Amino acid sequence: MSIRHGLLALLERGPRYGSQLRTEFESRTGSTWPLNVGQVYTTLNRLERDGMVAQGGQDEAGHALYAITEAGLAELRTWFEKPVDRTSPARDELAIKLAMAVGAPCVDIRDVIQSQRRHTVKAMQDYTRLKAQALVAVESGGARERDDVAWLLVLEQLIFQTEAEARWLDHCEARLIRLSTTMPPASPSASAPASGSASRSASPSAADPAPAPAPAAPNPITTTPASTSGGTR
Amino acid sequence: MSTQQPVLQLQNLTRVHGSGATEVHALRGIDLAVYPGELVAVMGPSGSGKSTLLTIAGGLDTPSSGRVIVEDTDITTATVKQLAALRRRSIGYVFQDYNLIPALTAAENVALPRELDGTSARKARVEALAALEEMGLGHLADRFPDEMSGGQQQRVAIARALVGDRRLVLADEPTGALDSETGESVLALLRSRCDAGAAGVLVTHEPRFAAWADRVVFLRDGAIVDQTVRSEADSLLSGQVAEA
Ligand SMILES: Nc1ncnc2c1ncn2[C@@H]1O[C@H](COP(=O)(O)OP(=O)(O)O)[C@@H](O)[C@H]1O
Ligand SMILES: [Mg+2]
Repeated sequence: MSIRHGLLALLERGPRYGSQLRTEFESRTGSTWPLNVGQVYTTLNRLERDGMVAQGGQDEAGHALYAITEAGLAELRTWFEKPVDRTSPARDELAIKLAMAVGAPCVDIRDVIQSQRRHTVKAMQDYTRLKAQALVAVESGGARERDDVAWLLVLEQLIFQTEAEARWLDHCEARLIRLSTTMPPASPSASAPASGSASRSASPSAADPAPAPAPAAPNPITTTPASTSGGTR
Repeated sequence: MSTQQPVLQLQNLTRVHGSGATEVHALRGIDLAVYPGELVAVMGPSGSGKSTLLTIAGGLDTPSSGRVIVEDTDITTATVKQLAALRRRSIGYVFQDYNLIPALTAAENVALPRELDGTSARKARVEALAALEEMGLGHLADRFPDEMSGGQQQRVAIARALVGDRRLVLADEPTGALDSETGESVLALLRSRCDAGAAGVLVTHEPRFAAWADRVVFLRDGAIVDQTVRSEADSLLSGQVAEA
């Protein structure tokens, strides 16, 4: 996350001192990524070393002010112009977890999906509640309007991101159900839910690629009564 | 919230469609209570029983067993007349495909349930105009459904569901046919109606819309398998991010 460029962007509006930069950074982003003042000064020192900011006097209260340089402005413009790289994705714990849960003996992948879905949807509920507040703030205008708009954008980014995750989880589940109808059934399980009370059996998932000898064994996903269609929307 | 009496109670609800080899257990033991001021979203894959649950809650379908209590009335034992009155007065129902009457204007569509309930035509029109105004549709009051966009028709349908201060609003995929902006405004309306004291149940498979609810209930194969409740206090975002 680019604190460096964030600070340059704030300095483009005029000289500022360290704790002021921290406050402005946080009100822009709704404290989504809290900074400590130490991080701000470390970053300012590096920017100064690289010739992108320069110390320029003090304000009335005696705070040391920093100003953006020409080199800093050029760097800022380049940052705005250049897309954020998405081609070398960061390691994603959830993707790794689901990849490992396919056929894992100790867990039913559907339980992993559901517990993540619960968490993700709850996060969306909380973001959406904050978003409703941000909308009210933006609509009522006022002095902080620019900060409120920025915060709204950040919140909506979080909502879109969690939404993508929730959709992906639905998709994983639907795909596993579809695959389970074409793959060999899971190892025979006497405890397969006959009339599936919530059908959250701890038996290995039907996507378990382990060859199973009994083709007539009920498939724990597909034999639950009311579930007729294959989970498509 | 829980000290109040629920507006809607579903108790051990089951619904079996067909019989014998073609028997489908659409609902299998649903328990759910929805309180004044609460918006509950019901999520689940296609065929999990969402619409069945909602039509039964709205008195449009009858359960195979179990009880449905709206305010103080058990609608599974109510007379046809009681049920009709309850549906006109207390329950607002929003269908995915709007279900507006094509030969009536927006205002007439919204006024209809009030008139059926014995309100004078004049008063019903005043109420209808107020409800349309609330949806930002005051200027379209005299248009016919085929002269309005999908989003506008859906908002008329919502005005019809909300007119006359209904305490229970049931919406089945109300955003299904809408673009995301309009869908969001529909949700904001539902939300504000619940904030004003109504109880709402929203069926949706869109997490973005479900996220407007206080509680999200997950349906699988006719049973509630899980649920989530949003944070009560104004939670600090930074706290959540750190946890994530
Ligand atoms: N009138 C009906 N006759 C037979 N089966 C039905 C009828 N209505 C719904 N079903 C079945 O009941 C199950 C639940 O349906 P529904 O409540 O419409 O699910 P959802 O709204 O979640 O997609 C499905 O398997 C569906 O096929
Ligand atoms: Mg449905």
